[in-house]
Amino acid sequence: MSFKVKVGLEIHVQITSLKTKLFCSCSADYRGKPPNTNVCPVCMGLPGSLPVLNIKAVREAVKVALALNSKINNVLIFTRKHYFYPDLPKNYQISQYDGIGSAPIAKGGYININIDGRVKKVRVRRINIEEDPGRIVYPFGSITKSPYTMIDYNRSGVALLEIVTEPDLESPKEARVFVQKLASILEHLGVTNPKLEGSIRVDANISIEGQERVEVKNIGSLKELEKALTYEVARQTAIVKSGGKVVRETRHWDKTKNITISARLKEFEEDYRYFPDPDLPALKIDRKFIEEIKASLPELPDERIERFVKEYGLSNYLASVLVTESKDLADLFEEAITVCGNPKLVASILVNEFLRWIDEAGLSIYEGLRRLNKDRLCSIVELLRKGVISTKLLKEYVKQVVLNDVEPNDLVRKGLTVLIDREFIEKIVDEVFKEYRNAVLDALKNPKAINFLVGQVMRKTRGRADPKIVNEIIKERLRRFEKSS
Amino acid sequence: MRILTLLDIIKEVRNDPKLLFEYIEYTYDIINKVEDKVRAYITLRDKEHVLRDAKRVYDKLIKGRAGRLAGALIAVKDNISTKGLRTTCASRILEDYVPPYDATVIERLKSEDAIIIGKTNMDEFAMGSTTENSAFFPTKNPWDLNRVPGGSSGGSATATAAFEASAALGSDTGGSIRAPASFTGCVGLKPTYGLVSRYGLIAYASSMDQIGPITRTVKDAALILDVIAGPDSRDATSIDISFPKTFLEYAEEGSRGSVKAKLVVIEEMVGEGIERPIYTSFIRVIRHLEANELNVTWISKPIVKYALPTYYIIAMAEASSNLARYDGLRYGLHVGVEGKSWYEVFAEVRSRGFGKEVKRRILLGTYVLSAGYYQAYYLRASKVRRLIRDVLVSLLKTYDCIISPTMPVLPPKLGERIVDPLKLYAIDVNTVLANLAGIPAISIPSDLVNGLPVGLQVMCDELRENLLLKISSYVESFLKITPLVPPLVRGYVI
Repeated sequence: MSFKVKVGLEIHVQITSLKTKLFCSCSADYRGKPPNTNVCPVCMGLPGSLPVLNIKAVREAVKVALALNSKINNVLIFTRKHYFYPDLPKNYQISQYDGIGSAPIAKGGYININIDGRVKKVRVRRINIEEDPGRIVYPFGSITKSPYTMIDYNRSGVALLEIVTEPDLESPKEARVFVQKLASILEHLGVTNPKLEGSIRVDANISIEGQERVEVKNIGSLKELEKALTYEVARQTAIVKSGGKVVRETRHWDKTKNITISARLKEFEEDYRYFPDPDLPALKIDRKFIEEIKASLPELPDERIERFVKEYGLSNYLASVLVTESKDLADLFEEAITVCGNPKLVASILVNEFLRWIDEAGLSIYEGLRRLNKDRLCSIVELLRKGVISTKLLKEYVKQVVLNDVEPNDLVRKGLTVLIDREFIEKIVDEVFKEYRNAVLDALKNPKAINFLVGQVMRKTRGRADPKIVNEIIKERLRRFEKSS
Repeated sequence: MRILTLLDIIKEVRNDPKLLFEYIEYTYDIINKVEDKVRAYITLRDKEHVLRDAKRVYDKLIKGRAGRLAGALIAVKDNISTKGLRTTCASRILEDYVPPYDATVIERLKSEDAIIIGKTNMDEFAMGSTTENSAFFPTKNPWDLNRVPGGSSGGSATATAAFEASAALGSDTGGSIRAPASFTGCVGLKPTYGLVSRYGLIAYASSMDQIGPITRTVKDAALILDVIAGPDSRDATSIDISFPKTFLEYAEEGSRGSVKAKLVVIEEMVGEGIERPIYTSFIRVIRHLEANELNVTWISKPIVKYALPTYYIIAMAEASSNLARYDGLRYGLHVGVEGKSWYEVFAEVRSRGFGKEVKRRILLGTYVLSAGYYQAYYLRASKVRRLIRDVLVSLLKTYDCIISPTMPVLPPKLGERIVDPLKLYAIDVNTVLANLAGIPAISIPSDLVNGLPVGLQVMCDELRENLLLKISSYVESFLKITPLVPPLVRGYVI
């Protein structure tokens, strides 16, 4: 018995394209700076300080709203969201709210995702502009191990977009695919650099049929998102199967233990006492402003996928994976084929081999792409074209490059090339003919059965034998065999 | 040396720069004599430090390059941030807080060579109308030491009235400049919302807070406004506007000759709750106005009765939000943290750091913003506020200004009003209107009743400070009672 699963996501995206924070002139690039050095009276919430809107953030938010097909509100209103927490300098967050007298910058919209070969429309509920809080630092790694905590306000005030979906996602995998697609859109827009740690953060609301929903926080990556939700589905299913009820609560994902831990029960909606921020007058969002941005939008993932299919003859599947896994992957694809052509082959190498091995090695795409760069990729394709390596060896090359960060030419030098020594291959073919007498007889009657014999030769040469030569020799041996019998 | 008005002082030191040092010595002499009695200052700067600043001003005076306020010793309300100078808001929670930056108004004063002499007492976080809500000590009215000086800028008004400063800055959220100006015989101006930058003003109710001058004459107020007004890129609510002439020029025009204007009295502003002597004095003043070609019409606007509850709901709501940041973590009151969770620390800091009135307003403000009450209180108050604004603004299309007594009562005795919050809030009845509507308002001394000053409030349409200063300067010129000198300092000043 399995239950229907419903997942809605709240995704916090840093607008990393901005030079300064959302409401002050501190640098938006807070990473790697000594704690509490990238701050000013405004983002520290000092008495008397006032926020002034970084208008460029609105431009970026409008880009995202347009890309997500959302309806942009004609007034920009900021709202104070109150809750006490040490990382929040004013003990309220300047955010936006969907309620009387307030409105988020955009409402509605959708993203299409590819799931098992079909297109699924996932609805967006709203998009908010808000400020990032500071960062809590546990000096000994985790909350339980640390006798005290420290706070670094360098991040405080960085511009965020909060993107909330409807609960349209029906599995952990769909959730992952959605976030991947969203990240790709944001990267294509140039709004966010997903490579930066913490630039995209996801909270998930998950429920199973007829039960209360549970909020899962502290999910650090896409892989963890799928894992955490899979864990939750199993946990909630087990509760219901044993006759229990899922309680409404917030749970934290513990990536070291691969489980979620109850953080607090949520019997009531928290009362954030939203009210329009009197320090930030409502701002009219001009239609012309929106039209200008619309006209300057770059190519978006869906358009790019379509182009890859039309222009390079890729399958829809290969094109989608290339574009949605990461913009860098699609960029590498396009750069490589201008040098070495073979779009289908290059696409297949990246999707079927490269992604598999970075996964195996636990590398991010970006780490992987540093190893399989354009030059290495093209030289592998070139080695194949010259016949120095076979398709089978090509796969071995990609694997070696990704896992061991080696130059393809070093592999050639080491002798990892196609065996073209006829004498050597003949010897192996003879061995195979002796060992698989019945197969030889089959092959005489049915030419298709030759493949088995080829396969055995390849196995014995660990894939290195040139399949063309192997084929020739086997056919020649079979003819000889026929004559002699 | 003539020191009766800020303009006198500036003129004197411009003619003879050495007089600057003499004036500083003289002011500190007065402070030594009266400060123990009135207690206007929370932080008074050392005379040596002030003299050091004065040396720089002196050098500029000698070279003829001094700013418009060279010679001025300005007292600043203790909710306006001053770099390196303790800024407490008269609260335990900020008792040792030293801002790392200057408010925009302070930058502007300094760039015109004003010298800050000290930080003045106030009701804690500007919440009060008597200066009795200071966490440290009450300030006393220099006209009668048994009475309050009004609030919340009571220290600034007292320092100005008692000649402990040339002039002062206050802040006005519901009358906090005008009330103490009226009670101490000073001029107090609350500008149009947005005319003066709030950057660096420690917020009470952000949508109504404005900084303004407290001075001994209208012209002095106009000069200070000239320096502090104007757009500021650090305050998103500041207005980008310029007037063809300086405010001082408008005030001078008014003081020179007859000004024709249509004035209006809203009957509800002189209705119930107004003390008899205030009413009769107001009628006497109206006769003066009419005798000087100012036409006065009476009109009823019943909605004005809702101003007080509307004001308090909005002010408390915003205060509960603005004061959330005081948790002792980044600045302010420190308590031991060993063995406590963060929320225990926050609770302890806020319990110990805030006074009773501040807690009352935070709690009420939290309540009116809570889910389920938001619409009944905050949202409804916001709607009534808009209605009140519309009524006043449309009235000011027909008339040049609205006049009323600034305060409905004479300065209360210490302890008299503070015992009952509702009785205390009630004296703001005429001042809160200007803050709700965002329009400018001034209180000028209009009479002495039983030896106590009484103020006349004049309100104009938004950004009509030119008209406001011209008319009030004109009225001042024929009422002929400013600058007022309280008996306490009469022997030293004249």
